[in-house]
Amino acid sequence: MTSLKLFAWVTLLAPLAGAILTGLVGRRLPGRGAGYLGTAALAVSFAAAIGALVSLQGLAAQQRQVVSVAWDYANTVGVDAQLSLLLDPLSIFMILVVSGVSMLIHLYSISYLDSDEGYVRFFAYLNYFVFSMLLLVLAGNFFVLIIGWAFVGAASYMLISFWYRRGTATGAGIKAFVINVLGDVGLVLGTFFIFKHVGTLDFLGTFAKAKTSFDPGSADLTAGCILLLVGAFAKSAQIPLHTWLPDAMEGPTPVSALIHAATMVTAGVYLIARMHPLFELAPSAADVGAVIGCLTLLVAGTIAIAQTDLKRVIAYSTMSQIGAMIMAVRAGAYAAGLFHLMTHAFFKALLFMSAGSIIAAMAGQQDLDKMGGFKRAMPFTFGCMCIGGLALAGIPPFSGFFSKDEILLLIGDRGGWYWILYAAGYVGAFLTGVYTFRMIFRAFYGEPVREARELEEGHLHHAEIHTNPGTGEIEDTDVGFPGPDHHIAEREPSMKLAMGTLALLATVGGFLQIPKVTHVIDHFLAPSFRDSALYAREPGNGLLAFGLVLGAACGLAGIAVAYYVWVKNPGLSERVRLRLAPLHRLFVNKWYFDELIDMVVVRPSRWFGSFAQQTFERVFVNGVLVGGTTGVVRAGSSAVRAAQTGFLRYYAALVVLGMVVMAFYFLVAA
Amino acid sequence: MDIGWYLAVSALIFTIGAAGVLTRRSPLVILLCLELMLNAANLALIAFSRMHGNADGQIFAIIVMVVAACEVTIGLGIIVAMHRRRLPIDVDELRELQG
Repeated sequence: MTSLKLFAWVTLLAPLAGAILTGLVGRRLPGRGAGYLGTAALAVSFAAAIGALVSLQGLAAQQRQVVSVAWDYANTVGVDAQLSLLLDPLSIFMILVVSGVSMLIHLYSISYLDSDEGYVRFFAYLNYFVFSMLLLVLAGNFFVLIIGWAFVGAASYMLISFWYRRGTATGAGIKAFVINVLGDVGLVLGTFFIFKHVGTLDFLGTFAKAKTSFDPGSADLTAGCILLLVGAFAKSAQIPLHTWLPDAMEGPTPVSALIHAATMVTAGVYLIARMHPLFELAPSAADVGAVIGCLTLLVAGTIAIAQTDLKRVIAYSTMSQIGAMIMAVRAGAYAAGLFHLMTHAFFKALLFMSAGSIIAAMAGQQDLDKMGGFKRAMPFTFGCMCIGGLALAGIPPFSGFFSKDEILLLIGDRGGWYWILYAAGYVGAFLTGVYTFRMIFRAFYGEPVREARELEEGHLHHAEIHTNPGTGEIEDTDVGFPGPDHHIAEREPSMKLAMGTLALLATVGGFLQIPKVTHVIDHFLAPSFRDSALYAREPGNGLLAFGLVLGAACGLAGIAVAYYVWVKNPGLSERVRLRLAPLHRLFVNKWYFDELIDMVVVRPSRWFGSFAQQTFERVFVNGVLVGGTTGVVRAGSSAVRAAQTGFLRYYAALVVLGMVVMAFYFLVAA
Repeated sequence: MDIGWYLAVSALIFTIGAAGVLTRRSPLVILLCLELMLNAANLALIAFSRMHGNADGQIFAIIVMVVAACEVTIGLGIIVAMHRRRLPIDVDELRELQG
């Protein structure tokens, strides 16, 4: 086994070992032992991922696609199901991002979840989640990919409904799981369409045969690709399968950071990038993906402006950014999309961690309406939030600036109707600036609220009666609900370390790929995309300069608007809201997507279910099948019972009669 | 002598026994009538045995007697038990097996 394969397996298996070990012995460890154990497993994983990177770079560029097969599950006629990993720059890139950011989130959780009764369970789940995600991105064939895909869905269910006695949390977990299973079905069916033609499950084999197996514009390939997209959309929360993501904010804040930054939602982006040889053969499927990504980008941006739940604002911004990534990888800007995936992982995890710190200072309260004036009380959190916000809004020189502009640049370079996407991207950038800084200004500026004043005096606010921030229901803090104490970044070194590292990465991460100056990501990923016709295009200088200026201007304009509306003229937003009441209602109600899904899917299914229960179940199954069978048996037995009189002499007479009949029969027969 | 006579006697006894079983209500008399039917069968067996000139029928008759003895023992035992439990000695009264 080469060192590359060894490192990859260690990367994959360390979190699994961590999950099992934490689950088994975590309870016996003193204090925060389980947290340190889980974090150590991720540290091993991350170190091995770096080892894999170094080994991969040691190979010649043409050989940087290594398949490592542990064993065959089945290798029969036409089916080659193996436990195989595909190690190429794309998967190594993904494991670096996943394990690296997850490690910091583990580090953050050590303090953040400290007083929760489910501390050990949390780290076991978290490790399992990372393992699932690593399996997904390392998968070398469709078979392992589907396993990883389903594992991630199951892990997200466990983590979203982590506070299992909170009704809203379990409901959100079920919602996420159901929508993810829909995506799993799409992925499996899409795999069938592709497998039918190429006859192999292996990725490299599929890609090699794809060009010859499919006719140009083949309907099967387009159907397969669109079904794969359904899988990607469910995982990546794209319209119309996005409704689970904002609800998933019911989980603990580190889970939101983990799901929304490093893992899970990026799976769709990864899938499309991984399947690029197929999508390039099915341009119409690719265009569907690009349009959906663009729609999500705009819809999520508008919803985020009107939301008042701190975490939901960030969740919608995630949807919007993932929309941009999907748009990028669909339009062929693979390296740009993945570059944005990485920078997004940094600044989004940072934003969630900062949000977690504020929520802790508010004793679990997430409503922006009740926050304000935390700037002096929480300087470190404020700084981190600002760095994350500036990176998200795409302000130079923060990382989001370079990645977002590269996406839009390459999309614009495609020409034709892609210009619409290009324009939509900049509108999205403007909206991003507005809602990100609306959130920051409302939480940190203005009149300090009671919690902020208490904190300035050195006292961290704790609620006397713990309630569900969403519904106001009273909760006790023993098992199944959030713990009684809260922890803020200002007082916890491990939280500070995690957030500081991410703040640094969010600031400098963009320098990996400065247009015309550095091309680290482009060159690193090139071997994975060498068969792509769309990779490594060189757009013109004019478009580049225009895009950079326009991107920065849109972001700054957004921030300026937010500053003007929410800091300079505190009453203005109220007046605007009244003036544009219908629009505001539309945004607050999330474009009525929940209601739409309820009307189109949930209610007809429920109606059909009750119809089937009333007619088919009650009349046919209960009445005819079950009732009919028992009726026949009952009638037969009552007939037989009539013969059982209990008279001994009657029985004897029957015996005699029988004998006589037999005697007569034989006499006549003779 | 012609075998017909033996068989006629045997059939007569069997019929008497069967009629007794069917008409009488006392279990004691029913047992007696059963004995009659068994012995009628024995008579027929022995008559046929003589006719064919081999001993199989006689052996059958002896086995039937053994079985009859066992049956009477059990039957009388049941009747004594019924008597001890003050149950009516009347087969028409004993009809708990009615379905």
